[in-house]
Amino acid sequence: MTDMTHKPTLREWLMTDTPTSRRHAKFAAMYTGWLTLKSNSMAMIGLGILVLLVLIAAFAPLLAPHDPFVQNLANRLQPPGTDGHILGTDSLGRDILSRMIYGSRITLYIVTLVALIAPIVGLLVGTVAGYAGGWADTILMRITDIFLAFPRLVLALAFVAALGAGIENAVLAISLTAWPPYARIARAETLTIRNSDFIAAIKLQGAKPLRIITRHIWPLCISSLIVRVTLDMAGVILAAAGLGFLGLGAQPPSPEWGAMISEGRRFILDHWWVATMPGLAIFTVSLAFNLLGDGLRDVLDPKDGGHG
Amino acid sequence: MSQINIKNLNVWFGEGEDRVDAVKNASFDVPSGASFGLVGESGSGKSTILRAIMGLAPTWNGAVQVGDFKLGRKRPKEFFKEVQMVFQDPYASLHPRHSVDQVLGETLSLHGFKDIDKRIMKLLDDVGLGPSFRFRYPHQLSGGQRQRVAIARALAPDPKVILLDEPTSALDVSVQAEVLNLLADLREEHKLTYLMVSHNLAVVSHMCDATAVMQHGEIVEILSVEDMRAMKTQHPYTKHLLDSSFGYNPSAAQMG
Amino acid sequence: MTKLLDVENLTVTFPTRQGEFHAVRGLSLSLGQERLGIVGESGSGKSMTGRAILRLIRKPGLVTADRMELNGRDLLAMSEKEMQGVRGQEISMVMQDPKFSLNPVMTVGDQIMEIYRFHTGASKKAAYAKAIEMLNAVSIRGPERVMKSYPHEMSGGMGQRIMIAMMLVTEPKILIADEPTSALDVSVQTQVLAIIDKLVRERGMGLILISHDLNLVASFCDRVLIMYAGRVVEVCEAGKLHEAKHPYTRGLLGSLPRIDAPVKRLEVLQRDETWRDAESVSGRV
Repeated sequence: MTDMTHKPTLREWLMTDTPTSRRHAKFAAMYTGWLTLKSNSMAMIGLGILVLLVLIAAFAPLLAPHDPFVQNLANRLQPPGTDGHILGTDSLGRDILSRMIYGSRITLYIVTLVALIAPIVGLLVGTVAGYAGGWADTILMRITDIFLAFPRLVLALAFVAALGAGIENAVLAISLTAWPPYARIARAETLTIRNSDFIAAIKLQGAKPLRIITRHIWPLCISSLIVRVTLDMAGVILAAAGLGFLGLGAQPPSPEWGAMISEGRRFILDHWWVATMPGLAIFTVSLAFNLLGDGLRDVLDPKDGGHG
Repeated sequence: MSQINIKNLNVWFGEGEDRVDAVKNASFDVPSGASFGLVGESGSGKSTILRAIMGLAPTWNGAVQVGDFKLGRKRPKEFFKEVQMVFQDPYASLHPRHSVDQVLGETLSLHGFKDIDKRIMKLLDDVGLGPSFRFRYPHQLSGGQRQRVAIARALAPDPKVILLDEPTSALDVSVQAEVLNLLADLREEHKLTYLMVSHNLAVVSHMCDATAVMQHGEIVEILSVEDMRAMKTQHPYTKHLLDSSFGYNPSAAQMG
Repeated sequence: MTKLLDVENLTVTFPTRQGEFHAVRGLSLSLGQERLGIVGESGSGKSMTGRAILRLIRKPGLVTADRMELNGRDLLAMSEKEMQGVRGQEISMVMQDPKFSLNPVMTVGDQIMEIYRFHTGASKKAAYAKAIEMLNAVSIRGPERVMKSYPHEMSGGMGQRIMIAMMLVTEPKILIADEPTSALDVSVQTQVLAIIDKLVRERGMGLILISHDLNLVASFCDRVLIMYAGRVVEVCEAGKLHEAKHPYTRGLLGSLPRIDAPVKRLEVLQRDETWRDAESVSGRV
């Protein structure tokens, strides 16, 4: 009872209102956000599924019971529950579970690339248009409108057709069609932010537009973009699957989920599992992204006062 | 010597039929080291004068001189080293995602200071916030503490003139007293010149040596604080404002 | 004096991550045909008190009281439906900013008439006549023209007067005014207060004026409750507010700059932890 120097527990250290260093303040802010997210059980389910997906992709060679590419025509179209093939086999006798496990890598690859390209392009275009105003705004937003005017999949189809089929081109095509909504959001946010007092205050310190946009406007736009990206990911996975299904995305024998459905559709009436299993995977991951996105909105959206 | 000299300042928004004249033909002079008030009701154009001086109002004409700067379209960087501003609402004037450390550090580096760490501590000390406030975010601060941070930011480049736009109107009265005392101390310590906008005559009478009364964009009267205390006013509007500032008075309700 | 409202030991609690937050703690007050002021700084619980009386505190906020009676009827026991009858008809509330309280897509006249007809079931014609009468009562010139206009066409002072007309059209017994004039310019403030004053006197209403402005409450009300951290620290006659005893009240008064009494430095309020925990003073008579 003589211990006067009470050493704070990690939780107390993170919950403090009086951080002692830059790092401490960052961690404390992140922890508060984490607590908000944690209290949303649906978002946690979504996050759990996605973490699982990443783990599965990382340890695919260890987890997969079979080689995803090895064909065994004697063993084709086995129903789920067959010995050694829990989810059955496809028309070439390949193990569906193994293919789905390897397919998760492709899905993650697509999602990550699109999530990096589209919002960044949108953020750049939107904030510059919103902050500069005048003719720069007019030109950039009319270009955005042109992209928005086409149905997304049709535009992606056109791009892939021009660039050639393949997974990289599919990613590029999806990114090119996905950025305009982000540009719109970023511009709308910028228009409200740029008239606020804290922007006027930094102008009075002699800050140049580039610094104002990157240091002061971006951090406030990014949170709403992250939310939107997470909610859009389901659409991206479906678009990639759609391109795969049409034969314009991943090429056989790649175990991309959309391409797997496409292959399975020929047997859908007699051998339903071939198309259904990858379909369920797409459905689960899309749902997980949506749940997480909803939860992130509560944490990140400054307007709702997530830090209140 | 006069620190701020404004002659025939006009500020307007919009063009043609939509043109709104926010400030009409305003002229006043603030001697070096003085504290000058601008009072009026909302829409009288008092804040617009401050924004015009700082270059935040787009369209204006007239002669504005602050210190050695004869102001035109653009403000040179050195201008902001001499003239700073504190905004009305401390909840809107601090970036919600920037810690106190970031706010002050960025301001100091923009003004080209090298010993930033030392200066941040000095600024926090100047405005009565201890070092424990350095890494907090705005949402971890009360209104009064936020306004102190905003004042520290304005003090950072060691200015000669600070423009105060209703610095206490968003604060509780007990906090207002603390902030007003702080502003008075800082003015003495740093030999500052204040130009202070307020709708509260009591606050202006406490802080300023002289004040201009504005109505509908025009300065209707400039009076010294002694005249204000003695209720020696020339213009009926000034008298009306003074009467209203003493709380509810049924006989004053017949006016206006 | 008849007791219109009788509240005993009112508590408003909100659950937060750090535990329960008590916005109002053990407040007691009664209201007759008088003007009762509640003063305090932000966070003192003054606005929560007004909302709690009208049962406007949303979940997960929790309101408890030993007694909360309107003319002898228990407000806490009423169903939400019965409360809707009470709100607007027996107790009305005027909020700080008319911009947020008026419906922007309905004309002023329609809004006043709708409220009147909802509570009385009167005919359109009768409602129109009543609305004109109310707009006249709040000194609006050309009420026929104002009836046809939309809220955004009104200035702040006009908007607040319309708000008052709307709240009083049903002839409630009690008016709760939460910072009714703090969004207005001083010259308009006086007019709006004069209107409230006149209506309350003429109709024998009870008024609860919630404000942060000590001078205003002292000069306008009959009786004042001073709140601090959810508790009532002092109750006094408004005229004698400047002789108040509690150090918090004295501190607040001292921190106000005064035109007629210049000081070199303003007094700074020294807060005392014991104020927070002291028993709430009863405002019942």
